[in-house]
Amino acid sequence: MALPIPGRVAYVNARLLDPATGHDGPGGVLAEGERIVDFGPGLFCPPSLPEGTERVDCGGHCLAPGLVDIRMQLREPGYEHKESVRGACWAAVNGGITAMVCLPNTLPVIDDVATLEFVARRARMIGLTKVYAYGAATKGLKGVEIAEMGLLAEVGAVGFTDGLNAIADALVMRRALSYAATFGLTIVQHPEDPALAAGGVMNEGEMAARLGLAGIPPCAESILLMRDLRLVELTGGRYHAAHVSTAEGIEAIRRAKDKGLPVTCDTAPFYFALNELAIGDYRTFAKLSPPLRGEADRQAVVEGLRSGLIDAIVSDHAPQDQDSKRRPFAQAEFGGVGLETLLAVTLDLYHDGHMSLLSALRLLTSGPAGLLGLDAGRLRKGGAADLVLFAPDRAWQVVADTLVSKSKNAPFDGRPVQGRILRTVVDGRTVFAVADGINRKRS
Amino acid sequence: MIMETEIFPHRHLLGIQGLSPVEIESLLDLADSYVALNREADKKRGVLRGRTVINLFFENSTRTRTSFELAGKRLGADVINMQVATSSVNKGETLIDTAVTLNAMHLDVLVVRHPDSGAVKLLAEKVNCAVINGGDGTHEHPTQALLDALTIRRRKGRLSGLRVAICGDILHSRVARSNIHLLNIMGAEVRVVAPRTLLPTGIEALGVDVHHDMRTGLRDVDIVMMLRVQNERMSGNFVPSTREYFHFFGLDYNKLALAKPDALIMHPGPMNRGFEIDSDVADDVERSVIREQVEMGVAVRMAVLDVLARGKS
Repeated sequence: MALPIPGRVAYVNARLLDPATGHDGPGGVLAEGERIVDFGPGLFCPPSLPEGTERVDCGGHCLAPGLVDIRMQLREPGYEHKESVRGACWAAVNGGITAMVCLPNTLPVIDDVATLEFVARRARMIGLTKVYAYGAATKGLKGVEIAEMGLLAEVGAVGFTDGLNAIADALVMRRALSYAATFGLTIVQHPEDPALAAGGVMNEGEMAARLGLAGIPPCAESILLMRDLRLVELTGGRYHAAHVSTAEGIEAIRRAKDKGLPVTCDTAPFYFALNELAIGDYRTFAKLSPPLRGEADRQAVVEGLRSGLIDAIVSDHAPQDQDSKRRPFAQAEFGGVGLETLLAVTLDLYHDGHMSLLSALRLLTSGPAGLLGLDAGRLRKGGAADLVLFAPDRAWQVVADTLVSKSKNAPFDGRPVQGRILRTVVDGRTVFAVADGINRKRS
Repeated sequence: MIMETEIFPHRHLLGIQGLSPVEIESLLDLADSYVALNREADKKRGVLRGRTVINLFFENSTRTRTSFELAGKRLGADVINMQVATSSVNKGETLIDTAVTLNAMHLDVLVVRHPDSGAVKLLAEKVNCAVINGGDGTHEHPTQALLDALTIRRRKGRLSGLRVAICGDILHSRVARSNIHLLNIMGAEVRVVAPRTLLPTGIEALGVDVHHDMRTGLRDVDIVMMLRVQNERMSGNFVPSTREYFHFFGLDYNKLALAKPDALIMHPGPMNRGFEIDSDVADDVERSVIREQVEMGVAVRMAVLDVLARGKS
């Protein structure tokens, strides 16, 4: 099934933002076929365009490279009752995401070439958001034997992780880092000591005490991080800490970065826009892994983003079907959907005055793309025409039931946000567009 | 012919470390003369008549033990093989007690292989006879390095200035360590090529260039020395799988094409075909000197036995 080749399209009259080059000003983009042929201020409101050029008037809204999300779960193959590749891609284009990286925790696990190629082929045929995949760091995500990282990287695995499982055994982590370094690959860790977190369902502290729920102490994150960072020093392997959520964890990463170690980290909107109070009266949509933390930790995450210590923001999209969430809090599954709210919630950082629009956008584009070496997240002549058009100030309310994601477990349900996706373009094809910012349709 | 003992002024051969270029060259010269002898119909000489050699092997071995046995017998010595399975070691005797017991039998040479690094040296301190290290743990295997050197020297005419890539499980290899020492002493340029998990930390300090990619590691080398990778290291502990290892680090014609056109292929054996080396490459009569290495092994061990045992009065 070959996709139609798009014609020549001029996106004009835009506020053009390119975080990679720091450009923020009037401009436009000219795309031909699947590629960008030109962009810049010269393409702002040109009086005439060559014959046969489709003209898209951006109406002064923000035009930027499509968003890049380096941590999300596809659920296909294996858990299609939660989400499919097609459904996740629809949710992603609704969220302005043009490239994303899925975790290997499918069934079967992405620990061999065949499964990775299956996922890649499914996504390619669908032709919406580009889907990249992490390979499993250990076989079956069991944390015992290192997986075939070299062969997986040859067919496109962009990094290696055990997904929601921490690589707990220090020797296995040492070998994984060391082996990955052989090929210049990155190990992505879920930084949570499983022994300390065992049985815990929310952040440890006063609120957990009041609710009578078993807690996960913030040091479950920092202890594992500190161990890993020491192993990075020993092996020289590249290490990325996923969804950091605590002040002490961030401090550990700061020290490692100060030493010049090859260490990076990301966080998710949950951890800078929510704290444990979101659990309220046993709200299972707010049951996340790592758990929502206290306010001091949330502020530390904001500060980490503001200072540039945290390199990227990810959606941490984790679809759960209703049966997995309509349960007593302790029994409910962890995770929340986040693709469609990624930009709007991230823009809180801009609207609240923590950073510029360009800086916020960098955390969603060139920042994450650069961590994994993806050719995405920046405007480049000859590069893929992956674009997002959005109105940064337009207000809307997150209503879980109106999300296009198959699963509706949105921790931000009910939240008023600012920042509306107007159009998403992948390889020159408009895959999502609204006229008035309300009509969000799934075809 | 008392000369050899003077040019090899050591009581034991415990390792390559500490030997001088002159000592190595003269051992190789002597070994070279035994290569010719071994190709004759009458291979027997009487230079070690009356000497007793014991092969004391605490690890399984076919070729090294046989090689030493043949070497000793061809020089006229009495050779006895002691296998760990039949020795009193399995009855709980300590290594030192074994040494003291054997020492009382008035041996001339003890050839020892032991799974622990340093065990051969410990034993050597407790006996009066000459001790040859037949491989100790992951430390040294000096006669292997000497036979490799003899093989190279006969083919290339020299050792100095050659570029040698040692590929595979360096971490667990005594062959690699002895070869690294010997080649450095003789002025060769040594590279190691392996995934990081199969390299010891600090290997650079032994005088090698470290490569993690065969495509750079084999470029323009004169010698490709492959190492055996044990099957049990291939299942996720050090390397994910046999197929991944073979894909990236196994020697096949594609990778070999990067080496010099006349590069030699070596392997200490036993080979795992399809693990670390492609069968076609291993059996290539133009390039592979793997069988020649075995032949040189007997000659080198004759030379070593000769210099250590003959001079004794």
